[in-house]
Amino acid sequence: MAEVKEIKGRNGGNRRGMPRPKVENPGKLFKRIMGYVFKFYPIHMIVVMVCIFVTVFSSVQGTLFTKTLIDGYIQPMLDAKIADPAGFVPDYGPLLGAMARVAVFYALGIIAAYVQSRTMIFINQGTLKRLREELFTHMESLPIKYFDTHAHGDIMSIYTNDIDTLRQMISQSIPQLLNSAITIVSVLASMIVLSIPLTAVTLVMVGVMLFCSAKATKASGKNFVAQQKNIGALNGYIEEMMTGQKVVKVFNHEQESIEQFDKLNEELCESAFKANAYSGALGPINAQLGNTSYVICAMIGGAIALSNSVAVGFTVGALASFLTFNKSFSMPINQVSMQFNSIIMALAGAERIFKLLDEQPETDDGYVMLVDAEEKNGQVVEADHHTGHWAWKHYHKATDTTTYQPMEGDVTFNGVDFGYTDEKMVLHDIVLHALPGQKIAFVGSTGAGKTTITNLINRFYDIQDGKIRYDNININKIKKADLRRSLGIVLQDTHLFTGTVRDNIRYGKLGATDEEVIAAAKLANAHSFIKRLPEGYDTMLTGDGANLSQGQRQLLAIARAAIADPPVLILDEATSSIDTRTEKIVQDGMDKLMKGRTTFVIAHRLSTVRNSDCIIVLEQGRIVEQGTHDELIAKKQRYYHLYTGMKDESVTA
Amino acid sequence: MLSTLLKQIKQYTLPSIVTPICMIGEVICEMVIPILMARIVDKGIYGNNMGVIYSTGALMVVIAILGLLAGLGGAYYGSMASTGFAKNLRKAMFDNIQTFSFANIDKFSTSGLVTRLTTDVTNIQNAYMMTLRMAMRAPASLVIAMVAAMMINAKVASIYLVAVIFLSVLMVYIMNKATKYFKQVFEKYDELNESVQENVSAIRVVKAYVREDYEDNKFKKAALNIYNMFVKAEMNIVYISPVMTGTIYICILLVSWVGAHMIVAGSLTTGELMSLLTYCMTILMNLMMLGMIFVMLTMASASGKRIAEVIEEKASITSKPDAIRSVADGSISFEHVDFAYNQTSEEPVLKDINLEIKSGETIGIIGGTGSAKSSLVNLISRLYDVTKGTVKVGGVDVRDYDLEVLRDQVSVVLQKNVLFSGSILDNLRWGDKNATEEECKRACRMACADEFIEKMPEGYNTQIEQGGTNVSGGQRQRLCIARALLKKPKILILDDSTSAVDTSTDAKIRKAFAEEIPGTTKLIIAQRISSVQGCDRIIVMEDGKVNGFGTHEELLQNNDIYREVYESQTGASGDADFDSAS
Repeated sequence: MAEVKEIKGRNGGNRRGMPRPKVENPGKLFKRIMGYVFKFYPIHMIVVMVCIFVTVFSSVQGTLFTKTLIDGYIQPMLDAKIADPAGFVPDYGPLLGAMARVAVFYALGIIAAYVQSRTMIFINQGTLKRLREELFTHMESLPIKYFDTHAHGDIMSIYTNDIDTLRQMISQSIPQLLNSAITIVSVLASMIVLSIPLTAVTLVMVGVMLFCSAKATKASGKNFVAQQKNIGALNGYIEEMMTGQKVVKVFNHEQESIEQFDKLNEELCESAFKANAYSGALGPINAQLGNTSYVICAMIGGAIALSNSVAVGFTVGALASFLTFNKSFSMPINQVSMQFNSIIMALAGAERIFKLLDEQPETDDGYVMLVDAEEKNGQVVEADHHTGHWAWKHYHKATDTTTYQPMEGDVTFNGVDFGYTDEKMVLHDIVLHALPGQKIAFVGSTGAGKTTITNLINRFYDIQDGKIRYDNININKIKKADLRRSLGIVLQDTHLFTGTVRDNIRYGKLGATDEEVIAAAKLANAHSFIKRLPEGYDTMLTGDGANLSQGQRQLLAIARAAIADPPVLILDEATSSIDTRTEKIVQDGMDKLMKGRTTFVIAHRLSTVRNSDCIIVLEQGRIVEQGTHDELIAKKQRYYHLYTGMKDESVTA
Repeated sequence: MLSTLLKQIKQYTLPSIVTPICMIGEVICEMVIPILMARIVDKGIYGNNMGVIYSTGALMVVIAILGLLAGLGGAYYGSMASTGFAKNLRKAMFDNIQTFSFANIDKFSTSGLVTRLTTDVTNIQNAYMMTLRMAMRAPASLVIAMVAAMMINAKVASIYLVAVIFLSVLMVYIMNKATKYFKQVFEKYDELNESVQENVSAIRVVKAYVREDYEDNKFKKAALNIYNMFVKAEMNIVYISPVMTGTIYICILLVSWVGAHMIVAGSLTTGELMSLLTYCMTILMNLMMLGMIFVMLTMASASGKRIAEVIEEKASITSKPDAIRSVADGSISFEHVDFAYNQTSEEPVLKDINLEIKSGETIGIIGGTGSAKSSLVNLISRLYDVTKGTVKVGGVDVRDYDLEVLRDQVSVVLQKNVLFSGSILDNLRWGDKNATEEECKRACRMACADEFIEKMPEGYNTQIEQGGTNVSGGQRQRLCIARALLKKPKILILDDSTSAVDTSTDAKIRKAFAEEIPGTTKLIIAQRISSVQGCDRIIVMEDGKVNGFGTHEELLQNNDIYREVYESQTGASGDADFDSAS
């Protein structure tokens, strides 16, 4: 376990404070996300796209209406009035008709906008739901190694931060991008129709705008990276100091910790200021460039309209419309440049999401299955009910026959080498043989490899060399699920789930009746404390059983293993923080459970170890001694020293 | 809460004032432009006057430049003010946390404090920037555009007024309803994430019991639930944008219709109509912006409240003004001491404790989990204050000492001890900043830490990672003991500090204490009887009371608990120590 933790620490430590990684191949990522969305919501997506078209179309129609209003209706009426002031009777009929037409476009636009937002909700939430589910399902299938080598905080941040940025991208950035693109194209077309020279002027100004944006983005980007780094450094420091706050108090170290904090805080402020100032400048620069573009077009357009309005056909109304287009042209371009940043952020998140999804799941080539068995006419056959006996169902492909072999609980290790990484082996040449019903104890110092050995039996990790056999079957041939079902494990770190006490015990056997739950609790000596809980078996446990003591949590874990009634038990105890009297209760529960099963125990307590059929002494990943208590004592070597060392001391100390 | 936060603006008051002024300047410039536009069309084009077009155009460019300067000023000072404000908030919190007593720290929890110092501050920083830049800008634009529209034509502008009122009412209604829904959703969402967290940390249990499919189904149900709730909540706000657009369109149509009549009647010009239509967009867009700011501030207010809590928290333990600055000796006495972690809790953790410990004595403390051993020793260096009675060190009530002096003389190795990132020497020098390398090595020798440190490739300069993850539990404990020894205290307290150290090393450490620092009063809390049986006297704690206090032999004779523990740990059922140092 020590090795595993080391990997974890190093990884978590290094990642903190690093700037966001550059997104590799953003185009491919983007395509993959869109592929996701389209795969599950093709019709929805088409609806959304149609809606966006309609929305843009109606808003362009609306803008054009300004021109129609002035040129087509107001101006003629004004002309008529000037021509014949006395006999002028305004006729608003045609105008009313035109307005009705525009109103229809508007109405279409509004309906489209509504349908679009509504449909987006389903696409957005639906895609996220699927992604979440896929992430979770996939995560559950990953090997333990993945969890060892990835900080839990990092995994969690995929579910929270990365999914969140992706949500924003799907729900806001993408529709907006689409909208902007369509707007840009249609507005550009309309502008060209109205006046080519003015369009040219507008485009030049857009070029200037894009250039300035690129400059400002680059400047702020550099500072954002610095800011990200400083945030990492400061947050890391804060986390460390808050965790060690009590130590700070005990050592009167407050002043020093403030000094260091001030330094980091100041650095962060500096880079955050710069990053924000640059990115904040982007808005006003673009806005005023937009205004300048507007002014230039007004002046040139005014000059054209004034000099020979009839010849060019460029009217005041056209100018008015053009100017509106001018404004609605720079707006989407600004939006695209602003959305760009958030899209890059979301893509970085998507990259992490897909990285988890692309992670290789635990492989399982096993085909031997564990089934309930009964004996009929001297033959072991499969039973359709729980018989208390098990058999290995072995299908032979070559002969197309199925044989049944009774499950006994015989475990052998033959020259097993193992390392968490190929470079560093932690177990060397492990050879051991556990006969059915035997109790095997592992003793040795922390980091000697006791827990690691037990993690190999249930294939949490796969070995590099050697063979592990279970009832003489290579464990690689056994289906992982069946293998693990046959092994009851009480782990070193107790983990409970949110839910009632009953739910937690039932975790070992989902279909267990209430009576079975209580029987298991009684077996584990947990019944008496459960009864005293405010709501007994229905007491809710939250936060990994935070409302229970360490000993109580361990008793529940034992009850959970007991209800599963497995043929082989692995008990990896952690009782160093439990006081001696509580430990005794825990131990009694374990002892009852061990009766009649092949059991592997990791223990500190002599009473647990002493009556083992075989005691295996491990040191630095090697078996240095094995035998019964009496044999090892007689040998007067390592075990003898461990055993007597304490005795000697109790006299001399 | 607001005043607590605003007090932290401090040196950033000027930028905080300049920013909104800049923003208003920018708005004014933006508002003037449509007026000048109207002038170009009306006076220039219809007046057939090229001069007016050029002069007005030039004026517009000048105003655009002014607007740019104002905008840049706003970005610059706004950024300065908000990041500075965030810095001050962080500092105010951090500084105050340094004055916290253990009771204060317990109240907030480590992760709670970290969130407040990081995420919450970021939320406030963003909200503050938004407020400075937008909260002024949006209402200002709205009002100015409204006034400008009124000046052009009050009758037409009143259409906008109606629209604004209609939309405001609608928005307040929708937001009210939606925030309620969203609050529920986000709570559920947190629950979902918690269950993921649970699965990540308990993955071994899940896999050991082959419960992957079971967990999957559970998660899918929860995910579906979230999906339904999110959809329902978002359905509530989905019509905001269509209604908004609809209102704009209706305004445009109405203004066009009314405007056309007025132009024909001669009471409005074409240019003015165009300006009015521009203002229409400005007014309604800014209204929308106001709504967004409102939502953002509501969200930030929760963060603000959490930050203010930390800044306002009063340290529950402080030194008296005329505190005593020297500790006479290492004697300790408890006189009728009661102690409860929570003043209001009915059952005290420690009940009527009376103890006399002489300077230089070595005292063992033993007792079951929850028997309040740690609570007892925590009172000595005033990590917590007694509820009733007095604790005296060197014959003086601990509350009369200067805290720093007291804690320098009473060195505690906490049960949950922590090392910090930095070299081993850096960590050791927490005990004494000015300790020479030789002194550090001596302390390590006493704590039996020298052997493993010297085996490390970089010896005393080996870097410790955050949380000390690159040393084993036993090594960490020994380093922490060495660190405490460097203080050269009059009283040394080890709170279960050798639990991960093997018994023979444990004995060596105790032997070194007896030989090297005989004058120091030593209190040793332990689970192992072997760790305490050689002490001068042993305290047996049971259920918050002193059950026995005497030498090993005395207690074996007359204390049932002690005898029981002793017997359970020795003899046939004893606790062999296989967990030797590696």
